[in-house]
Amino acid sequence: MSGRGAPGPRCGLLLALLLALGALPRARGVEEQSGGASQGFQVVSFKWHHVKDPYIIALWILVASLAKIGFHLSHKVTSVVPESALLIVLGLVLGGIVWAADHIASFTLTPTVFFFYLLPPIVLDAGYFMPNRLFFGNLGTILLYAVVGTVWNAATTGLSLYGVFLSGLMGDLKVGLLDFLLFGSLIAAVDPVAVLAVFEEVHVNEVLFIIVFGESLLNDAVTVVLYNVFESFVTLGGDKVTGVDCVKGIVSFFVVSLGGTLVGVVFAFLLSLVTRFTKHVRIIEPGFVFVISYLSYLTSEMLSLSAILAITFCGICCQKYVKANISEQSATTVRYTMKMLASGAETIIFMFLGISAVNPRIWKWNTAFVLLTLVFISVYRAIGVVLQTWVLNRYRMVQLEIIDQVVMSYGGLRGAVAFALVVLLDEQKVKERNLFVSTTIIVVFFTVVFQGLTIKPLVQWLKVKRSQHREPKLNEKLHGRAFDHILSAIEDISGQIGHNYLRDKWSNFDRKFLSKILMRRSAQKSRDRILNVFHELNLKDAISYVAEGERRGSLAFIRSPSTDNMVNVDFSTPRPSTVEASVSYLLRENVSAVCLDMQSLEQRRRSIRDTEDMATHHTLQQYLYKPRQEYKHLYSRHELTPNEDEKQDKEIFHRTMRKRLESFKSAKLGINQNKKAAKLYKRERAQKRRNSSIPNGKLPMESPVHNFTIKEKDLELSDPEEAPDYGAEMGGGIEFLANVTQDTTATDSPSGEGQAGWPSSGPRSEHDHWSLDGDFWAHVGCEWQAGFSAPEKGAGTCPACHV
Amino acid sequence: MLISSDQIEQLHRRFKQLSGDQPTIRKENFNNVPDLELNPIRSKIVRAFFDNRNLRKGSSGLADEINFEDFLTIMSYFRPIDTTMDEEQVQLCRKEKLRFLFHMYDSDSDGRITLEEYRNVVEELLSGNPHIEKESARSIADGAMMEAASVCVGQMEPDQVYEGITFDDFLKIWQGIDIETKMHVRFLNMETIALCH
Repeated sequence: MSGRGAPGPRCGLLLALLLALGALPRARGVEEQSGGASQGFQVVSFKWHHVKDPYIIALWILVASLAKIGFHLSHKVTSVVPESALLIVLGLVLGGIVWAADHIASFTLTPTVFFFYLLPPIVLDAGYFMPNRLFFGNLGTILLYAVVGTVWNAATTGLSLYGVFLSGLMGDLKVGLLDFLLFGSLIAAVDPVAVLAVFEEVHVNEVLFIIVFGESLLNDAVTVVLYNVFESFVTLGGDKVTGVDCVKGIVSFFVVSLGGTLVGVVFAFLLSLVTRFTKHVRIIEPGFVFVISYLSYLTSEMLSLSAILAITFCGICCQKYVKANISEQSATTVRYTMKMLASGAETIIFMFLGISAVNPRIWKWNTAFVLLTLVFISVYRAIGVVLQTWVLNRYRMVQLEIIDQVVMSYGGLRGAVAFALVVLLDEQKVKERNLFVSTTIIVVFFTVVFQGLTIKPLVQWLKVKRSQHREPKLNEKLHGRAFDHILSAIEDISGQIGHNYLRDKWSNFDRKFLSKILMRRSAQKSRDRILNVFHELNLKDAISYVAEGERRGSLAFIRSPSTDNMVNVDFSTPRPSTVEASVSYLLRENVSAVCLDMQSLEQRRRSIRDTEDMATHHTLQQYLYKPRQEYKHLYSRHELTPNEDEKQDKEIFHRTMRKRLESFKSAKLGINQNKKAAKLYKRERAQKRRNSSIPNGKLPMESPVHNFTIKEKDLELSDPEEAPDYGAEMGGGIEFLANVTQDTTATDSPSGEGQAGWPSSGPRSEHDHWSLDGDFWAHVGCEWQAGFSAPEKGAGTCPACHV
Repeated sequence: MLISSDQIEQLHRRFKQLSGDQPTIRKENFNNVPDLELNPIRSKIVRAFFDNRNLRKGSSGLADEINFEDFLTIMSYFRPIDTTMDEEQVQLCRKEKLRFLFHMYDSDSDGRITLEEYRNVVEELLSGNPHIEKESARSIADGAMMEAASVCVGQMEPDQVYEGITFDDFLKIWQGIDIETKMHVRFLNMETIALCH
């Protein structure tokens, strides 16, 4: 029902918008008239002309986006009909309105706009998020389909149409063989935009997807070459084509494709290099990605090489290094912006395809031509796919079955690239341009709408292996890595040169040279795929750990007297969801900013929710976070808070891991040894840094965090019942805890804290307080909690605050 | 479990190359393979060649030397799956491959991969990357073990002890992943695909 109601007002809005647009040119005229009679100073004036162009552009973008909202209001419709089809239909409707209002086709998809502004974001998005391993693993297959397949399609379609023309079925047309070949070359290419749009919603398995998609990207080189070659041939005239020209054509294919790739790779290198040095300009990091990639596109276009290949390979090659070098926030920004641009461009393309169709001036209908084109492209594609697959299956590990072949042939969609290319044709040179344009429009509509609509049921009916969206499990990654090594080893032992060998060689080369040049030093360290998964798991673990603990009614994994003392609130009372929500929400939102303003919270202690919050806060503080002072930044365009989640995540993980590992046999056995080992380790470190003048081992640690971790180890492995050690070893970071426990629980704070001599409360300066943490002195009151050597308590100066 | 005769010949030549024209190979002979040096889990792989369980000669222990037939036995674990095989045979092949992997991880042949063994494997695996510290490697191993436990056993009580990953658990972990298509080596360029009769 909601679906029904929604289109109504939406349509109304759009209609109003367009009528206004139609009326505006007339308004312009009105303005000029009144401007003629001088009226002195005008308080408000209507300067349509002034803003006309950007206004219209913005308006169209708005219309397209609103349309998208409208479509997704009805889930039923979008699950059956692909969005691209809906957009085309919408475009037709809008085109009709504009036509009716103004009788001129004022808006069309011009090739310039398409090739310069709409296509690059989509292709960049494809390249940047390309699963490299899958892509290069199937590169042979993809190349075969892209090159041979496209040439086959172009040749057969063109020649067949020519043959039919010769037979007279098409009637009288002013075309020659070359025209047909030209037409064949532009209609043969599978379109990346259309493929993405449709396959996105179908979810076939990744191998199939990458083959079709890769083919659609890489066939650009072939398309460009064929198109240019045949266009120049047509210009020359059919009889002046020589053998040399043909050879030149073939050579130009190699030049165009390899040159385009090279341009892309060079720019990828530049981009990676640049992002290596952007540490202090984090805000504009995302900009580099877009600008440099776009430059690769334009440069390649300038050199008449394949621009799509350039930007694709730019994205493919730079992704690893860029993702490693830029900060998390920049990576997210890049991701979202790219998706937004690509999605927006796609929407606009399809809508304008619809609009551009409503232009009676370009329509020329020839039944035979149109029908035969449709038939030929489908049939020849199917034949081509079958033949090539038969050849490929002799060399492939993973065979391509009949079902895959059906999907591949059916999924060969034509789209806006073909349309843009056909519109570029010069009427003077190609007499039947309008016929070609109309036919292309029909073909594009047919493939996108009809094939797009039916491919989903087809896939389901044929039971194509669907993609399984799964969280990357750590085990899988590990074993996958083990696999690679095993297979490389077997290949080495058996003396073969195979995929694994090559991949191995490449990753060695990459690690030794490329990563050193292109990746930031800090990134080199942590940019292992396994570590990525690990990192993610840490975070998830922390969140689920706390959530789970709350759900159980008490933080069952942590049995510690201090919690029991403090927590007056019984967690097992209902509303677990709210608590979970609050904590997990906090965690997810911004891990580092959990520090709450404790003073204000205390005052409102009445409500149970606040006590819960406080209790959870205490627990969090105690077990998960080092609280940090809130930075009251003024709004700054150049500063971002530095991201220190990583260390905290590590700590969290260590902690939870230790607790949980107690349930493993070997962990239990190993614990005692570890405890000793940890103590030894600590002593060792102390020894190493010993200054000669200090009698006892109170030495500065190299970083507070490190110290914390090590103490942590000790803590975790020791029996939880050892309360005294517990509090003392927490270090100066738990001052908040201390404050509150002193205030709220009138009972004794955990004895350990008493030992450590925490300040009792409040605003008195805490800076003159030293506490003994195990072997080290910690300065309570400032963040610096690592101890340093001091023969006596209080006799030294804290390096952090110089007290 | 045959490989085609062309491939056997090629492998025989390779065998002779490795063994120095001797009828058997010892562990030291594998040092002649230069690229193997860079492989982080080299020791485990070489060991797998001599593992009695893989050679079907016993349930534990290592052989001192292997002959060509043994060599082929090990290589046959890596043959690709033939599309003409039926479901049951595919399952068998899959189990065989997984068993090979399992034996690699389970170094003390007790039928379980304990936490220590797992840690050992992961540390070796990640030792190739100079930037990952041992501590991280251990944590990763621990995390992976946790994950495996949660897959195999589900939610564990605080005082429940998990001995280690058995072969059945191992199969469970690998359920979703099609090892048949991933764990194989292309023998002899692109000539013939190995057959599993």
